Amino acid sequence: MRDTTVLLKEKLGDKVKEVKVHNNRRIYITVDRKDIKECARIIFKDLDARYIIATGIENFDNFEILYHFGLDKDGVIVALRVYLDKEKPEVESLVDIVPGISYIEREMWELLGINFTGHPDMKHFLLRDDWGKGNYPLRKGNNGE
Amino acid sequence: MENNKKKKVVVPIGPYHPLLEEPEFFALYCDGETVVDVEWQAGYNHRGIEKLSESKHWDQVPFLVERICGICSTSHPFAYCNAVEDLLGIKVPERAKYIRSIIGELERLHSHLLWVGLAGHFLGYNTVFMWAWKYREPVLDMFEIITGNRNHYAMFKIGGVRRNIENEDIPALRKVLSELKGQIEMLTGAVLDDPVLAARLKGVGVLTKEHIKNFGAVGPVARASGVDIDIRRDDPYSAYPLVEWKVITTENGDVFDKAVVRLLECFESMKIISQCLDAIEGKPGDICAEVREVPEGEGTGRHEAPRGECFHYIRSDGANSPVRHKIRAPSYTNIPTFKASCIGQTISDVAIILAGVDPCYCCTERVAVYDAEKKKKMYDFNYLVEKSREKTELLKKEI
Repeated sequence: MRDTTVLLKEKLGDKVKEVKVHNNRRIYITVDRKDIKECARIIFKDLDARYIIATGIENFDNFEILYHFGLDKDGVIVALRVYLDKEKPEVESLVDIVPGISYIEREMWELLGINFTGHPDMKHFLLRDDWGKGNYPLRKGNNGE
Repeated sequence: MENNKKKKVVVPIGPYHPLLEEPEFFALYCDGETVVDVEWQAGYNHRGIEKLSESKHWDQVPFLVERICGICSTSHPFAYCNAVEDLLGIKVPERAKYIRSIIGELERLHSHLLWVGLAGHFLGYNTVFMWAWKYREPVLDMFEIITGNRNHYAMFKIGGVRRNIENEDIPALRKVLSELKGQIEMLTGAVLDDPVLAARLKGVGVLTKEHIKNFGAVGPVARASGVDIDIRRDDPYSAYPLVEWKVITTENGDVFDKAVVRLLECFESMKIISQCLDAIEGKPGDICAEVREVPEGEGTGRHEAPRGECFHYIRSDGANSPVRHKIRAPSYTNIPTFKASCIGQTISDVAIILAGVDPCYCCTERVAVYDAEKKKKMYDFNYLVEKSREKTELLKKEI
């Protein structure tokens, strides 16, 4: 069986900021916000990984997105981690590379208020069209009041 | 619909249906009889489970996520427990592994039978519907024997299972299983050998490998297109690596192949269940590992649900509840494939294409066709089913 951690480090090169190997089937790789598109392309296209989903997280002093990709031949889940600015969370959309990611980006946009630049069709997906601006239900302080 | 090429008719499908666990809305843009574009809108039954989960204790979350889906209600607790156990790095007792797999596979059996029945119903084969749902009943009875409930079994717990399968229940389970085998064989033969069904389903709603890759589709939808993925084999968990079974794949990617995959998977499920029963019969053991607290960290868990990979990500800060709990049900990536499979097809085939992916057979019960210019309701669900059946009748006469 190939060592996916080594392979990933080799492919992503100096774009890797931090690697966390939780166990031999769960690898978390932190990359810079500006490199996310290229890293996603390498994993999705070159390594032929399967897009699973993305998780948007609000932390105390920043936002975080985990892009989960599955390398099914190895049974490994690779999560690309990016940290975003707390005041103005913004990252490039990956729709050009992974068409199916469109829906989860729309979801993160409306629920967490993360802006995806270059998304071709950014509109409400789960919430109604006239949902109040700046009201992001999944943010920590928002208790639906 | 009038034969006017300039006029695009919007066919809204959804959003509500009493049977479906996830009401959704699809707008079909049609030119004459042909679908030219599809748009998907969700959130009609968004209950904020990810947010709710942040306010529940780790041990309460399985009950919460069990209620995400009414049909495959064990898929989410299964994936959630896998995620927490991934964070903790603990081993589940062997007996619990077998019991988990038995529950998972029983669920696959009843879910696939339910699908076969509904698919038959939409095509005007109500006999198939009656058979499939009749044979599904004993599976639900088996659930009642094991868990006390026909649905929402509440069997899962971090570290193992909450209830044991008693030795005296095993013969009854075996009996149901052996009867079921013959019944599903008969059903499979009848469905797959029928020339009209073949004519109706072959080449309809085809998904290529590229579509599957782009949308990230999973489960029987991907396997019917020749994409050989199955979490039970690829990322082994529970008792799946301990028993003999195989992953079913077919090459054509049409609705017929999706039916083939699901029907053949039923036999694999029965194989798994009977091996698991062999493994636990007369061999007592622990059914749950002790878990006192969940430390800081993150974990990912998944389970091959009847509809495909169910994915859970959890993060803990060492407190009593998750800080973040991300859930992705298989339909989230399977539904967007409609954008590929419905386009260029006729309206009479759309009902079965939507049904082919499995989540959406129920949505179609709210189909209404509006004339975009006159803003007038034209066709309803009954009309579409009628049309679907007419086509079947027509084919019957031809063949």
